[in-house]
Amino acid sequence: MSDVTGTELRIVGFLCNWCSYGGADTAGVGRFQQPTDLRIIRVPCSGRIDPLFVLKSLVNGADGVLVSGCHPRDCHYSEGNFYARRRLEVLKRFLPILGIDERRFEYTWVSASEGQKWKTVVSSFTERIHELGPAPVLNPALIKQAEAIL
Amino acid sequence: MKIGVFVCHCGSNIAGTVDVATVAEQARNLPNVAFASDTLYACSEPGQDGIINAIKEHKLDGVVVASCTPRMHEATFRKTVERAGLNRYMFEMANIREHVSWIGKDVEANTRKAIDLVAMAAAKLTHDQELTPKSFSINKRVLVVGGGVAGIQAALDCADGGLEVILVEKTSSIGGKMAKLDKTFPTVDCSSCILGPKMVDVAQHPNITLHTSAEISDIKGYVGNFTVSINRKATYVDNQACTGCGLCMEKCPSKKSTDYFNEGIGTTTAINIPFPQAIPKKAVIDPEFCMKLTKGKCGVCEKVCPTSAIRFEQQNETIEEPVGAIIAATGYDLFDFTRYGEYGGGRYPDVITSMQYERLLSASGPTGGHIKRPSDGKEPKDVVFIQCVGSRDKSVGRPYCSGFCCMYTAKQAILTKDHMPESQSYVFYMDIRAPGKLYDEFTRRAMEEYDTKYIRGRVAMIYPKGDKYIVRGADTLMGAQVEIEADLVVLAVGAEAAKGAPQLAEKLRISYDNYGFYMESHPKLRPVETNTAGVYLAGACQGPKDIPSSVGQGSAAASKVMSLFSKDMLESDPQVSAVDIKRCVGCGKCIQTCPFGAINEMDFRGMVKADVIETICQGCGICTSTCPQGAIQLQHFTDNQILAEVNAICQMSPVQNYE
Repeated sequence: MSDVTGTELRIVGFLCNWCSYGGADTAGVGRFQQPTDLRIIRVPCSGRIDPLFVLKSLVNGADGVLVSGCHPRDCHYSEGNFYARRRLEVLKRFLPILGIDERRFEYTWVSASEGQKWKTVVSSFTERIHELGPAPVLNPALIKQAEAIL
Repeated sequence: MKIGVFVCHCGSNIAGTVDVATVAEQARNLPNVAFASDTLYACSEPGQDGIINAIKEHKLDGVVVASCTPRMHEATFRKTVERAGLNRYMFEMANIREHVSWIGKDVEANTRKAIDLVAMAAAKLTHDQELTPKSFSINKRVLVVGGGVAGIQAALDCADGGLEVILVEKTSSIGGKMAKLDKTFPTVDCSSCILGPKMVDVAQHPNITLHTSAEISDIKGYVGNFTVSINRKATYVDNQACTGCGLCMEKCPSKKSTDYFNEGIGTTTAINIPFPQAIPKKAVIDPEFCMKLTKGKCGVCEKVCPTSAIRFEQQNETIEEPVGAIIAATGYDLFDFTRYGEYGGGRYPDVITSMQYERLLSASGPTGGHIKRPSDGKEPKDVVFIQCVGSRDKSVGRPYCSGFCCMYTAKQAILTKDHMPESQSYVFYMDIRAPGKLYDEFTRRAMEEYDTKYIRGRVAMIYPKGDKYIVRGADTLMGAQVEIEADLVVLAVGAEAAKGAPQLAEKLRISYDNYGFYMESHPKLRPVETNTAGVYLAGACQGPKDIPSSVGQGSAAASKVMSLFSKDMLESDPQVSAVDIKRCVGCGKCIQTCPFGAINEMDFRGMVKADVIETICQGCGICTSTCPQGAIQLQHFTDNQILAEVNAICQMSPVQNYE
């Protein structure tokens, strides 16, 4: 969509509405300066995040994907983040098999009050993605193949 | 589809670091966008009218507002588009304030990011469906957790309003911390004289059911229809039969039980009524110290009880109560001062907490209202108060101000002089924080009329010398070290979150802050609501509070419940899961994963299919991620909608971009 200037990379964030989206809001209200690379998609619960969303993002050209939900045992829907943790942990181990650097994906727990923590999470993840650089150009044939599977 | 985009300046909040005109201009190039403009304050009346006019003029089917967080104004704008005749779910918000303008100063980067966020919202909007809420009935009973002054006030207000109230208290009597106080600031009136009648009202109110010695073990359900499991601990006394005569207390041979009500100053009997004004006034056996329960011998109370109320065989029991709303009023705990090694770490008998001192001052306390040193029972002459013990101190993890310690220390200094005119009080303080009505005048009275010596500075250490204590600290106004010989040292301990608060928060599905205090829905505009519908907060469980604020919040929470219950039917959020019958293979995975039991099996022409009970579904979407067929979709957050957002961010795929 926007111009890739080389200074900014494309990072997709999936955040649960109750804790981490609130935490990102708290960071904003606190005026905690953060890198601008991250684009946040709001979902009701981290349990709503299908691992395929992460894969689709990475295959479609995202340089990194960050998922964040409520701390375990603190879920608005009582156990959604436990489902998320299982699915995302499996995904993390699965990414190298698909030829994707697993460091481009991370999941964290940030509560609505932890604005400062959110800033740290965003800053360090963005820094990591910048160290890795733009995602390697994927072979168009491979993408077609992957899209057919997805 | 015709989409309208409105980019808000929010004064300079957004326009200061985002080029809003460019964002609107770029938005016009997005697919399906028929109209885009920037507006000074989208949420204001002219701003909303502008949106309505544009919808009518350009015959828009959906609206994107790029402004603040949807957690703030999504509901506002949904109502706006509804007023213009659109379905309220044909609306999306792009958060370009909290997530863009406030976290970066680079105008170019911010503008790019804002355009992206608008594109994401517009992409999602093209997949939005019109949704209509269903209505469901509510159970007009309310549960109040915690019988301190905030919980009492909330329970009484609800009950007076005609609601049925279940009040659950952990200890054997309601009253909380306030019942332990001798006097209150700034009026120096008797605490139990103003709280006592309220406690009696609770006991006598026909609409209030009181469960003492009870805790919440489980909460199921949702707003309007909660089911609460209450665990009643065995008290070994039949509450119906016990008249509170106190004969058992007189005869009980075990006199070494910890006296929790008197903060461990003095002891009590194994069977006891914690204090004379206790509500309910029923005896309770402490199983840790009862000789019948520990050693199988004794049973004196059983023999002397005139109404045969003793039940040594009593067991814990669980009661289930259906309620429609919950008020959490679980209060606070006091900081454990033994963590301060420099103050003796709890080893010096005459270094006590302010609450212990309060019990020494109280006429119903262990000393009958005479100030006696715990070590030798002598009347002290020089009393030193140390403030900010466990508050405003990062080194013990309590960087916040507890708010009321300055005031209760001033009150105790005044009371000390009243009790012992020959005594001299010293107060070590950091700052005096007395912002309430008549509070500052009160602390001045302590200094001027009661000759309390206020010394600004922290105490470095306390050590014993003979039968006295040397309190050594800094006087930062004098710029000198001071040493005071004290007979008694009172530590003004700060407030911290109640023990078990996080565990209850998990059951209530509400969040708590770094210190364990419950989070309100909005710190300014929704101070007694939580993010879980039907759960409200009152008193110090939300943060340290004095009595007037706790009472105020108790009433506020009650009024919130009353307005919730003023309707007979509630509208359910239509953002719930829906099953595509054709795709569903009836595997039942969604039924297994749903945390709320909102999905049933149903028979469809002889085939097993999933069926969502819309009023129970909370809209988390765990089922949607679980379904192998993609047959159950959380409406308004469907796979297609989320992937549309993904595509909007990533649509310049690397292939197009780099080749």
